[in-house]
Amino acid sequence: MSSTQFDFALSIGGEAGQGIATPGDIVARLFARRGLHLSTYNAYQSIVRGGHIFLTIRVTDREVGNHGDDIDLLLALNQDTMDRHLNLLKAGAAVLYNSDAITPGQAANGVQLCGLPVNELTGSQRAGLTQNTVAVGAMMHLLGFDFSLLQESLTQQFSRKGDEVVTQNVTVARAGYDYAVKNFKPFPFTLPEGGKPLAMWSGNEALAIGGAAAGLKFYAAYPMSPSTGVLHWYAANARNLGIMVRQVEDEIGVANMVIGAAHTGVRSMCATSGGGFALMTEAIGAAAMMEIPVVYIDVMRGGPSTGLPTKTEQADLWQALGASQGDFERFIVTPTDALDAFNTMPEIFNLTDRYQCPAMVLTDLYISEGRFSVDPDTIDLHPKIDRGALITTSSGNGAPYNRYKITDSGISPRAVPGVEGHMHIVATDEHDEDSMLLSDEFTNPIKRRAMLEKRARKIAHVLDDIAAPALEGPAGADVTLVGWGSTKPVIAEAAAALNAAGVKTNQLAIKWIVPFHADEIDQILRSAKKVIIVENNYSGQFARYLRSETGFKAAAHIRKYDGEPFMPHHIVEGVQAIVKDGIERYVPTQEIIV
Amino acid sequence: MTTTVELTAKDYKSKFEPDWCPGCGDFGVLNSLQRAVAELGIPPHMLAVVSGIGCSSNLPGYVNAYSMHTLHGRSLAVASGVKMANHELTVIATGGDGDGYGIGGNHFTHMARRNVDLTYVVMNNQIYGLTTGQVSPTSRVGAKTKSTPFGSVEYPLNPIASAIINGATYVARGYSGDIKGLTELIKGGIEHKGFSLIDVFSPCVTFNPDYSHPFFKSRVTKLEEEGHDPSNWQKALEHSMIYGDKIYTGKFFEIDTKESLSELEPVLKDGPMAGRALGLTNEQAERIIKRMM
Repeated sequence: MSSTQFDFALSIGGEAGQGIATPGDIVARLFARRGLHLSTYNAYQSIVRGGHIFLTIRVTDREVGNHGDDIDLLLALNQDTMDRHLNLLKAGAAVLYNSDAITPGQAANGVQLCGLPVNELTGSQRAGLTQNTVAVGAMMHLLGFDFSLLQESLTQQFSRKGDEVVTQNVTVARAGYDYAVKNFKPFPFTLPEGGKPLAMWSGNEALAIGGAAAGLKFYAAYPMSPSTGVLHWYAANARNLGIMVRQVEDEIGVANMVIGAAHTGVRSMCATSGGGFALMTEAIGAAAMMEIPVVYIDVMRGGPSTGLPTKTEQADLWQALGASQGDFERFIVTPTDALDAFNTMPEIFNLTDRYQCPAMVLTDLYISEGRFSVDPDTIDLHPKIDRGALITTSSGNGAPYNRYKITDSGISPRAVPGVEGHMHIVATDEHDEDSMLLSDEFTNPIKRRAMLEKRARKIAHVLDDIAAPALEGPAGADVTLVGWGSTKPVIAEAAAALNAAGVKTNQLAIKWIVPFHADEIDQILRSAKKVIIVENNYSGQFARYLRSETGFKAAAHIRKYDGEPFMPHHIVEGVQAIVKDGIERYVPTQEIIV
Repeated sequence: MTTTVELTAKDYKSKFEPDWCPGCGDFGVLNSLQRAVAELGIPPHMLAVVSGIGCSSNLPGYVNAYSMHTLHGRSLAVASGVKMANHELTVIATGGDGDGYGIGGNHFTHMARRNVDLTYVVMNNQIYGLTTGQVSPTSRVGAKTKSTPFGSVEYPLNPIASAIINGATYVARGYSGDIKGLTELIKGGIEHKGFSLIDVFSPCVTFNPDYSHPFFKSRVTKLEEEGHDPSNWQKALEHSMIYGDKIYTGKFFEIDTKESLSELEPVLKDGPMAGRALGLTNEQAERIIKRMM
C-alpha cells in the first residue's frame, strides 16, 4: 500500500481444481465495476488437478500494467500455499485461511492471521469448495465492501443454476462476512471510488477482439498454451461475428490453411506458441513469396523445446527473425500491453494488406494470460480498414492481368479468385510478373533479380508508416532502460520508483522489430548516459538484435529467465546494483515460487 | 456464373506448356481435368486449382484458373482454406503420391475426416520423380530406387482404403492412359458434395519404367464392369486390397448421406466468407463490450 495512492494486491493460492478462478473473478469484477484499475497475474503449472496455483490481483486508482511488488492480502486455500508464501507478507498485511484445515506458520510482526472456522460457519459436508465462498465473504469486510455488492455478484453468477444455489452461496458468504466483522480488523483504508466502471480482458482476448475489429473472417489454430485463449474467444464468438474458426490437425496445416483463406481476400490469422510457430515457419516464407497477407501470432512461453508451457519468456525473437528461408518481406511487432495488443491488430492487418506480406505478432504469456482492466471507451471497435491494392471486381476491359506486375512501388494489385478475367497463378517457386516459374526450365538471373527487387521495393519506405519509439520519462536521465514488448509497464513503474529514489531514469520501449527504426534508436541511445537493456531471456536476444542493427552496445543488462515475469523491484534493485557496483549483468532472484 | 458461351478444354489451357518428360502420365491427367471442368461448364474464374510441389504439382500452372503452386505437401491445407473461405469456388487439389501421402499425409487423413467439399487428384507414380527417383510411400516392397538400391523393405500405403476409413465420401482410382474414364471420375468428384479422392496411376516413364503403361494396361480392370456397388464400403475396401494381376480402377466408394463441411458449418449459412463486409456492426461491438464488463 502506498500512502498517497491506492495500491492493493490480493493473492489467492491453492491447487489446480480448488476453484481459484471463481473468487478471483468475483473480487476482480467488484473492483472493476467500482472503476478501479486491475492487473492480474496467475502463476500456474501445467497440471489439471493438484500442484500449485498462485493468482495475484493488483488494484490501483490509476492505470497499471503489472502485478506489483507486494501482497497485502493472501487467501490460502491449502497448507502448501501458507507454507510457500506466508513469508512474503509484511506488517499490515493479512492472511485468510480455513482454520479447520490449515495451520499458519511463523508470520512477520503485524501480519493479521484471519482463520475461518469453515465447518462451524457452514455446517457443510463440502467444506473444500464452500471455503472459497466463506473467504470471499470475509474478504468483503477486510476490504470495506458493502456485503450487498457481493450478494448482487453471487446472484448474477449463480442465477443460471437456480435459486437454491444462489441462496446457498449467499448464506455461506454471509457467514464468512459476519464472522470477519466480529473477529478481524479491516484494512485501514477507505476503498476509493474510481469513477465509471471498467471492463476486463486478457491479452489473448485483446488480440482476438482486435482481430475481430479489424475484420477477421478466418481463424485457424492448433491448441497450444499460452495462445489457446485466442482460439477459445473466437470459438465462443464466431457465430455471432461471422468468423470461420477451425481447429486443424497441426500447426503446419494451420499456417497453410490461413494462406488459402487469405488468398480469397478474407482477413485471416492464427496464433500459437514457440513450438507451433516453429512448424509454421515454412508457410510464412510461402505467404511472402506468393504475396498473400496473413497474420501469425506467437505467444511466447519458456523455452527451449516444450520448455515451460505455463511460464513466460521473451526468447523467440530470433526464431521470428529467422523464420523461413530466404530474403523476404515481413513485419515483426511486439505489443507492449493488452490494449496495445488490441490496437496492434487492425494496424498490422492494414499493413499486411497494403504490403501483401505476412506479419508476425510476438507477445508472451504475461500479456496473453494476464487479465487487465480497460476503459471501454478506449477500445476502438471500428478502426480504419485499408485493404491496399485489392481487386474484387472485374474492370471488364479485357486488359491482360499480371499478378506480379513490376511497379515502381513494388506493389502489384492483387485479384482474388472469382474475379473474371484475372485468373493467375500464385507460386512459391520464384516467378516472373506473369507467374511463369523462374525455377525449373526458365531460370533467368536477370528476371530473378528484378522480381526479388520488386518485392523488396514494397517495404523500402515502410518506416514512414510506423511511429518511431521515443523516450518516456525525464530527459537527460542518468539511466535509460530499454525493453521490448510486454516489459513496458513494469519498466515504467520501476523507472518511476527509481526517480523517486533519486536515480533519474527514463525508458525507451520498443514495439516494432521489423521494420526497425535503427537510426532513430541509435541516435537516442548514443546520447543516453547509461543504457540498460531489460529482457525476459538469458542471452539478451534484443541486445544482440540492437547491436546487429545499430552497432550500439548497452552498458549493462537485466535479464530474467526463471519463467516468472519481472516485478518492479527486480528492475529497481538491478539498476541500483549496476549503478553502484558497476556490474554489467544483473539477474534478479524470484521470490514467489510457483 | 454469367458465362453463356460453351466452354471447351482449350479454354482451360494456360499460356504455359507442360515441362513434363515426353510420355509422362501427367499429360493424360491434365487433359482429363481440363475436359472435366469444361464439360461441367465451370467458368475459369470460379475454378481454383491448388498443388504442392513435385512434377505433378506443376499441373495448376497449365490450367487457366485461379491456380496456386504452394509448398510441398500442403496443397490440401491451402486448398481447404480457399474452399472454406469461398465455397462458391470449385476447388481441385492436385499433386503426387509423395506430396499427398508422404509429407502431406496428415492433411490427407484429416481432410477426408473433415469432409471438405473439394476434389483431390493424386498423380500416383510410386516414385519421387522431381528429385530424380527415390522410393515413395506407394512404392512396392522390393522397389529398387536411388534411395533403395537393394530394394525397398517397406510396404506401401493404400490410398483408397485410407481415404475410405478416414471418412472420404467419394473415392476413385483412375488411370492416365484412360482419359475418357478419368474425365468421368473427375467430373463425379467435382459434382460430389464432400471430400473426393481420385488416385490416378500416372506412370513416370523416366524413373519408374517398370510401372509404366505396359504394366497397367494389362492389369487395370474397371469396377463398373464387375458390377461393384460404390455404396458398399465393405466391398469397396475389399476391392482396394487387390493389387496384382488385376488392379481395379473406377469408383470404389461414394455416399451422399454425410453432409460436407460447407453444409455443416453454420457460419456459412449467410454465404461465403469472401466478399463479406469487414468490421463489426454496432450491435456486435456493444455485445463484445458488455461481455467484458
